[in-house]
Order: sequence, then structure tokens, then C-alpha cells
Amino acid sequence: MSDYLTRNDHFVAPDADHSIGEVDAVAVSDKVSNLWLDTWRDIRKRVLFWVSAVVVLLIVIVALFPGLFTQVNPTKCVLDFSNAGPAVGHPFGYDKQGCDVFSRVIHGTNASLSVGLLTVLISTVVGVTFGALGGFYGKWIDAVLSRVGDIFFSIPYILAAVVIMSVFSQYRNVLMVAVAIGGFAWPGVARVLRSEILRVKNADFVTASTALGRSRVKTLFLHVLPNSIAPLIVLTTLSLGGAIVAEATLSFLGVGLPGTTMSWGNDISAAQSDIRTNPMTLIYPSMALTITVLAFIMLGEVLRDALDPQARAAR
Amino acid sequence: MSKPILSVRDLRVAFGNKKAPVEALHGVSLDIWPGETVAIVGESGSGKSTTASAIINLLPGSGRITGGSVWFDDVDVSSLSRAEIESLRGKGIGFVPQDPMASLNPVWSVGFQVAEAVKANGVATTKKEVRERTIQVLRDAGLSDAEQRLKQFPHQFSGGMKQRALIAMALAANPKLLIADEPTSALDVTVQRVILDFLSSMTRETQTAVLLITHDLGLAAERAERVIVMYRGEIVEAGPSLEILQNPIHPYTKRLVAAAPSLASRRIESAVVEGRSAVDAGATVSESVPAHAAEVVPAIEIRDLTKVYPIRSGVFSSVDFTAVDHASFVVPRGTTMALVGESGSGKSTIAKLILKLEAPTSGSIQINGADTTNDLGSRDALRLRRLMQPVFQDPYGSLDPLRSIESIVSEPLVVHQVGDHKSRHDRVSELLDQVSLGRGIAHRYPNELSGGQRQRVAIARALALKPEIIVLDEAVSALDVLVQDQVLRLLTELQTELGLTYLFITHDLAVVRVAADHVSVMEKGKIVESGTVDEIFANPSQEYTRKLLDAIPGANLLA
Repeated sequence: MSDYLTRNDHFVAPDADHSIGEVDAVAVSDKVSNLWLDTWRDIRKRVLFWVSAVVVLLIVIVALFPGLFTQVNPTKCVLDFSNAGPAVGHPFGYDKQGCDVFSRVIHGTNASLSVGLLTVLISTVVGVTFGALGGFYGKWIDAVLSRVGDIFFSIPYILAAVVIMSVFSQYRNVLMVAVAIGGFAWPGVARVLRSEILRVKNADFVTASTALGRSRVKTLFLHVLPNSIAPLIVLTTLSLGGAIVAEATLSFLGVGLPGTTMSWGNDISAAQSDIRTNPMTLIYPSMALTITVLAFIMLGEVLRDALDPQARAAR
Repeated sequence: MSKPILSVRDLRVAFGNKKAPVEALHGVSLDIWPGETVAIVGESGSGKSTTASAIINLLPGSGRITGGSVWFDDVDVSSLSRAEIESLRGKGIGFVPQDPMASLNPVWSVGFQVAEAVKANGVATTKKEVRERTIQVLRDAGLSDAEQRLKQFPHQFSGGMKQRALIAMALAANPKLLIADEPTSALDVTVQRVILDFLSSMTRETQTAVLLITHDLGLAAERAERVIVMYRGEIVEAGPSLEILQNPIHPYTKRLVAAAPSLASRRIESAVVEGRSAVDAGATVSESVPAHAAEVVPAIEIRDLTKVYPIRSGVFSSVDFTAVDHASFVVPRGTTMALVGESGSGKSTIAKLILKLEAPTSGSIQINGADTTNDLGSRDALRLRRLMQPVFQDPYGSLDPLRSIESIVSEPLVVHQVGDHKSRHDRVSELLDQVSLGRGIAHRYPNELSGGQRQRVAIARALALKPEIIVLDEAVSALDVLVQDQVLRLLTELQTELGLTYLFITHDLAVVRVAADHVSVMEKGKIVESGTVDEIFANPSQEYTRKLLDAIPGANLLA
């Protein structure tokens, strides 16, 4: 280290390889890839993906074929068993009406999941349309679409859904409930997407796409939307739970699905009065709801990470 | 004077977790004596900023010192507790950050933030003293109306003012050492000079030692007595500035000196011999081949081009802002025209107007003799796009992060429906070879590439349709010197090979000298001076141009 002790020495390190190739070299690979293939390669290595995917798959199977999981008739209730504890063949016990809780949870999956997914689908489609068009085209289009969104935003969507369901009380089915909730839940989606679009649309790669001669619409769909969609994946998976709960609220108020349709929401609202005497009737359908929402959230996050090359490379 | 104020010995820094640490500094040793200025020069990733942060123990993220020692004023800094280091920062060692825009909190007034620093360093305790000292600091920063400025917010200060305030803040407690990490790279060139002058006069007065971190060898040699060159976490060469500059010994330093545009005095010439005539013909078109020149239609010709933006000032009212004011120039085919000016001078707006990304307010644009000023039909517009391609400044923003390199480079071919899948694939490989990236890169994503590589991908995309004109908007400003040199050489080669015309937009006159044939200088939307590069550099007629030329750091060191 004597080189440094005198001030005006001219120190030179021993030579190593500093060729230009090394300065800015690229590690080259010949593996063929595209977006989906790369995503799959990455995602299949993640435990979280397999756990959430298996749970989601299981829930879908339960919803489609409830008969595979329980032979007990959920509507055949015997008041003798009112609020009775677990018994052989009835692992979750009975509710106030003497119905089998396990069977009701299994058979309620279909309606709850359908309402949840349909609601998310409706609110996402409407929200993405409003947010993307407003954010990308700006000016008066944005002004009009944003104000419409604000109007819908200012109405609490549960209240709006109650009004709609009361007006159309003769159509109390899954689709109607989904339209009533989703039709007022979309402004949140639109707002998040709009701000993301505003961020992305000024990026140079968007300008480059325009300079190439791509039309505005194609630029929006090919470059702007894919780069703005990531926060939506989290938002929509979170709102899935909200939608299922909203259906429960509507059912509780008597304007949701008819009492003859089994759903977790119906069961949760029915069990609320028994929370002190038989809390398990409330807890089991709630657990089913929680597990479903968690599985979708995890799947959404894993998907978002895997679709983003930057996050892929960081692992 | 016989003892160094700062002694770094065999400093090692590693990032990452304990199991797989990545060493960023492999044994760095340096000394700084009281009152002297030492510069560390290196490219991004060389470890120069890491060295600076390790000295004040402010390593980001998972970084930690894994070996060696840092002695400041006979105290081993690396062995100090957190509280002891906090009292050392500011009082013993001042720090000037890189980006003044991001270093002041926008929601607090400047006065409040300066006062905070003054209090933290314990130079003043009572309310009155703090206020007086704060005003003094701002006055030192060259703000004459310091008392009124106290209540102002950072957005009311210009970039240069903010950086002066930050320097004054760092010096408020009279530290013995000031570390300035790229203090001017976020500022305009002319402001850069003012800031560096201010820094050296302030530190000369107080006899403060300065550790200047920079990527610019010319700037380092001009401002520091000694220069330390770093490469990949090691010091490759160190010594008195002029000696390093005139007599570099290590091959890396040699290349750095050769590549630094601020030190070069000639235009890069292509290795392709036969194509050379294209450049020469452009430069001398009016003298040597006048008969021919009359027939040649210029690639770009703009006349009295004006762009006015309405700036909203109230709900329904707006004020006009003239971004480009009656600008006219001609770019002969096969040559490079550089458009130079500071930020806000309107040079990028001209690029957008020519590229038809914005519509001009008045004036005319002719591309290859055809008027493109007004709205074209969609077919003509598409044909124009094919003729003319842009390359943008930010290599990180100009490539869609979700797409592979192949998809990015082939996009122009897809848009213009050139060839089938197979021939597009072949063309992409050819293009990647042309920008010397290799075809193996095709299946990678932008985030896996360095800035220089990305910029080469952007150039490959621009070349895909075999355009005649390329508009380079600050295309090399964000790159390291060696990579910048490489990209400039690539552009020159492509120009001679393919006869391309470049419109080169930059704030850096040093780059102009090595890369352009003609230059137009812009100030506040107007073109104030234009001519051939040799003319302008030898004989600038405008004060503004002279100011820009003077701002090139280290320009006169080797002359």
C-alpha cells in the first residue's frame, strides 16, 4: 500500500482483460422462448403456485360436482338436530334448522363462486373499458368518462344493488345479483387503471410504437394495457371476496338470492343470530369464503410476478 | 498537512445475503490530504459511488463493509456505533447528493430544510441563531434575497439553485471533508460550470478537502488535483490529474481517455473506406460538387417552423408558450445535423414535429423534397414513418419491458407487413449482428440488458425498415463513455454503409464534435447560430454558443 502514502505517485494496477467485448458483453442463450412459455417455466417452480392452483381447482370441482363430496341432502332438515354438534357423517354439525352444515357449505359453493367470478368479470370489463379509454385518449373523453365514474363512485354499491334488486325482484338469480353489484363496483377498477395508463402512455416505447406507424388503438392494446394491468390483478382478486360478501349482505336483507338457493352468503347471514349459541355454523361458511379468496389472491400474485420479466429475472 | 484527513485501506464491500455475497469493492485504498480535491472516475458499476457511501457508512440495501478500514481524522469509521457516525456526518464529512431535484423534500419549505440541517449539525441552537445561520447558508449559496427565499418551496428554485443550496447546506457545519457524488450530472451544461466553480470557491475558502465522484474524466482532471480511476470495484490507476490525462498507462485508462468526447478534437471516422465519400460529400457539398448539389434534394428541410403550446392558467383561460420560434435548417442527405441546446430550448419539440408526433403551429417541413407539414393520408403517413425512425434518450424507457428483443426489433416489420414470419426472423438476426449484439440475444428481455445494449436494440429497431433518416433524441446522453463511444462509432459506420441521414439532438457539444457534420444551436426556441461543426467550434459568433463551448469540462486541458 506504499503507493498511496506519497501524494504524487502515479499508481497503475496490473493489467487484466478489459476488452470492449467484456465491457458490454451479453450472456447469450439459444433457448427458444415466448411470453407464455417463459411464464410457465418460471411459475412451475413456485410452491405457492401449486398450492393456490390446487385449492382453486378443488373449489371449482366442488362447485361443479357437489355430489362427489357429500351424499347428505342439504335441504332435508330435521328440527330434532337443531344446533346439534358434529356426528358421524356430519362433520360440521347442524344449524338452527337442523340442516347439515358441511353439506350446505359444499352445495353453496356453486352460487357463491358464480356470483363472485361474474361480479369481478363485469366490474373488470366495464372498469377497464372506462379507465383505458379515458386515460389513453385524455381530453374530453377522459373528462366525460371520469365524471361518469365519479357519479357511480359516489353511490355506495351495496345501496345501489339493494335498489336494483328490489326493482327487479322477479329476477332474483345469480346473474342479476352479479350485474347489480358489478355494475356499481367498477369505478375503483377504472381509477386504478386510468392512473397506470397515464403513467405508461408517456413512456418512450409508446412513442416509438406511434412513430413506427402503429395505430392508436393497437398501441393501446399491445403496449399500454399489458404494462398497466399488473395492479389490477391484485385489485380484482381482492374484490372477489368483497363480491361474495356483498351477495351475503343482499341475501341477508332479503333482496339477494332467494332463500331456496344455497350460498355461503345466505348461510353466513342466517347464522349471525346464533353466533353465541352455535358459532360453528357461522365459522364454517366463513372459512370456505376466506380460503377461496386467499387462494385466488395468491394465484393472482403468482401470475402477476410470473408474467413480468423483470420480476422473473430477479428470482 | 503531513497527515491525510481520510485514509481508506483495503476496503471491501459486499452486497447480497451472507450465503452468496457479491463483492462490489475488492480492496480499495486511497488517501485524501486536508484541502485537496481528489476525483474518483469510473463508469456505472465501477464502485465509485459505493466507495463514497462506504466512507460515511451509508451503504444502500444489503451492502456492508466486509474488510479493510476507513480512517477519518484518526478515527476508524467502520468501527463506530450508529450514533457516533450520525454525529460525524454533516459535522465531519459533508455530502452533496447527485440529483438536487430529488434531494429536497417538496412539501417543506427550503428554509425549514436548511434549518433542520443546521440544527442537526449543532452549529446553532437557539431559534434566533438557527435563523441567522440558515439565512447565511442561503446567502453563501449565492441567493441574494435569502430572507424571502426561506419561505419558498423547492419547486420555486431552479435545479442549479437547489444544488447550490445543497452544497451550502453540506458546508454549513464546516466539515473537513466534502463528498460530492456526481453533483452536476443532473444539471444543464452551463449550470454545471457555475456549480463546480461555486463548489471550488467555497471549499477553497474553508480549506475543505473534496472527494469528487464523476463519470467524466475531463471534468475530473479539470477540477481535481489527483484522479483515481476505478473499474469493477478496483483502482486501476491513480495519480496527478494532468499526468493521468496526458500519460495514461493502464489500458483501461487509455481507452477511457481516448473515448472521452470532451477530450477528443476530431469527428469519428468510419473504418469502412469506400463509404467515406458520403460523409465528405455532405460536409463539403457546397464547395466541391456544386453542380451535383443543385440536383440533390436535402433529406430534411424546415422553414420558419413554429410550435406554440397553450399552457392552462385558469379554468378556461390559457397562456401561449412558444416552444419553437421560426426555426429553419437544412440537413443534406447522408450527413449528420446536430441540434444543440439546454433543456427547454425546444430541440426535442423540433424532433417531435419532424417525426410527426406533434403538429406544427406554422412553418413547413419537407422530407426528401415532399411537404409533410399538414396531415397526410394514412398511406402517405405510413410511408413517411417507414422513411424516418427515432431513437430516444432513455434506454430503459424506450423498449417495452414485457416483450422479448426479437418481438421488439421485428415490430416495425410486422406493422408495415414486410415479409413473412421466417424472413422477419432472419432480418432480426441480421439487424442484431449489425449492431454487434449477436442473435442469441433475441429471446432475452430488455431488463436483462445494460443501457448500452438496450440503446443498440433501439437502433436495430430503428434500422429494421431500412429508413433513410434517423432522428436521435439525446440517444447517447444516458450512456457511459466507453459505450457511448461504441454507439457513436456504430452510428458512423452505419451512416457510411447505408448512407443514412441523422438528426442528432443533444445538450452536449462535446459529442457534437465527434459525431456531427453540421450544428444548429438553439436557445429559447430560436436557432441562434448554425454552420459546420468546424466553423462553430473554431469561431463561435454568439455569446450563448461560447458559453456552451466553455462548459465542456476539460476542453482546454490537452490543447
